[in-house]
Amino acid sequence: MGAASSKARGATDDPAWAKILLIGAVFVFLALVLILPLVAVFAEALRKGLDAAILAARQPDALAAVKLTLLTAAIAVPFNAVFGLCAAWAIAKHDFRGKALLITLIDLPFSVSPVVAGLIYVLIFGLQGWFGEWLLDNDIRIIFAVPGIVLATVFVTFPFVARELIPLMQEQGTSEEEAAISMGASGLYTFWRVTAPNVRWGLLYGVLLCNARAMGEFGAVSVVSGHIRGLTNTMPLHVEILYNEYDFVGAFAVAALLCLLAVVTLVLKTALEIAQPDVRGRRGH
Amino acid sequence: MSVIPLGDRDVAPLAPRCWRFWTLDDDQTMTADTADQRPPVQTVRKPFFRKRSAIPGFGLTMGVTLTILSLLVLIPLSAVVLKAAQQSPAEFWAVATSERAMAAYRLSFGAAFVAAAINGVFGVLTAWVLVRYEFPLKTLVNALVDLPFALPTAVAGIALATLYAPTGWVGQFLTPLGIKAAYNPVGVVIALIFIGLPFVVRTVEPVLRDAAADVEEAAASLGASRIQTIARIILPALGPAWLTGFAMAFARGVGEYGSVIFIAGNMPYRSEIAPLLIIIQLEQFEYTRAATIAVVMLAVSFLMLLIINAIQAWARRFD
Repeated sequence: MGAASSKARGATDDPAWAKILLIGAVFVFLALVLILPLVAVFAEALRKGLDAAILAARQPDALAAVKLTLLTAAIAVPFNAVFGLCAAWAIAKHDFRGKALLITLIDLPFSVSPVVAGLIYVLIFGLQGWFGEWLLDNDIRIIFAVPGIVLATVFVTFPFVARELIPLMQEQGTSEEEAAISMGASGLYTFWRVTAPNVRWGLLYGVLLCNARAMGEFGAVSVVSGHIRGLTNTMPLHVEILYNEYDFVGAFAVAALLCLLAVVTLVLKTALEIAQPDVRGRRGH
Repeated sequence: MSVIPLGDRDVAPLAPRCWRFWTLDDDQTMTADTADQRPPVQTVRKPFFRKRSAIPGFGLTMGVTLTILSLLVLIPLSAVVLKAAQQSPAEFWAVATSERAMAAYRLSFGAAFVAAAINGVFGVLTAWVLVRYEFPLKTLVNALVDLPFALPTAVAGIALATLYAPTGWVGQFLTPLGIKAAYNPVGVVIALIFIGLPFVVRTVEPVLRDAAADVEEAAASLGASRIQTIARIILPALGPAWLTGFAMAFARGVGEYGSVIFIAGNMPYRSEIAPLLIIIQLEQFEYTRAATIAVVMLAVSFLMLLIINAIQAWARRFD
């Protein structure tokens, strides 16, 4: 950091007025861009009082949306965690051709528009899609139903855990695992007793970010959901419907719940970064 | 070094130039004199696909990875390309470059570029302040920077639309100035600034933190002013990370949907973003048209991904 221990200003230190000016500019900018929207959500939700907000958040449709969001995250996040562990084990602990390409492909969903992410599943499982007729004949619903919502969510959160674990496991190298194997431990035992303890905080970090995105995804889910109230509406979709119906207290009350989710995520993430400083910052997220 | 490196990765590239530095093990019959007659090094071949490793589980984990990746990402993505390919190239071109689509690209790319540029300035400033200065509430500010990653985009969208509407907290001050923020392309830029900020901050921050202070001290001791040091030493060193952050914010902004549609106004030809146009085509059961615009956007995504990877490869040369 180069912070001068004495009062004298070092060569790489800025004058006090410059510091205050820059810190002030950042505060104003962040207040405008980040804090104000957060405050606005709670202010709008409480516009007609706390009771009205709580009542709005406890509507049956809102509760159904909460349930569906929790269900979706409960499937998508563990799935991507297992995938992330598999991918990181294959990529970080072994050497093979095309590794960089594979990492790029795993990262791909991050650079695909969420709307395109939804569209691809409509083109496959929708009525006009590859399996549309077959699914109709067998009375299996994927699009405009829960499986489609889960699929779209898995797609947009696909890289979160893997991209957290791959650099971490690459940094840790293979010597500890090799030692365990050479002393006769089985592969699974080695993973469980050697690798897992080393990567658990990184895994938790990835899961945390994955979960926030899974619960908050809007674009991809919006394409595949069909917006059937009480059935295929996740919380963000329910916010949209209420907002478009000018039920602002209702919309912002559900939005406030999602804000709380975001705040809890950030608090846990910050606590994790303070407790385990090496989990962050290997690859500018 | 008294052992011939026989590990399969070491022999081939080293052999031609280094043979005479080798001293040989007892069980080797070669001497330095006969080294020329030793079997050609190519006989120790690098395995084509994978190097042998003591660590098990490669087949299983690689199989699972490739299967899931193909089933969930690669094959579905190919569906959109195949759908768009069901029309003739002329039709594809006509749909992809229709007036409405062009207006949507212009807005999506233009707004994403402006927002990424604004984030490029304030993102570096934020990273600088977070890394270099101590101030009250620093932990809070640091946590807050990641809010756009954690806050659902729809929530950000309705909050920003409410704030910047003509009667909103911010909008009421902009209206007398003749600025129409919400329901206008300006609103799209505002939403994309929110979405893109952490990308720039979080890519620049680690580089700034790792930057060696001695270079700065050297510049200062050679008589550079603080401004000169910042402009000629520090900012150039941040270049690759800054470009990466800019490209990531831009790529995210181009595809962004949730935060934008509430504030954009969504008027065709004026404030309609490209992802929204895909949804509108889809709702009219124009699957091929939707796929066509999606292919254009996918192509841009791939291009951005290549550019980001190229920047990072370029940046690694300086490590």
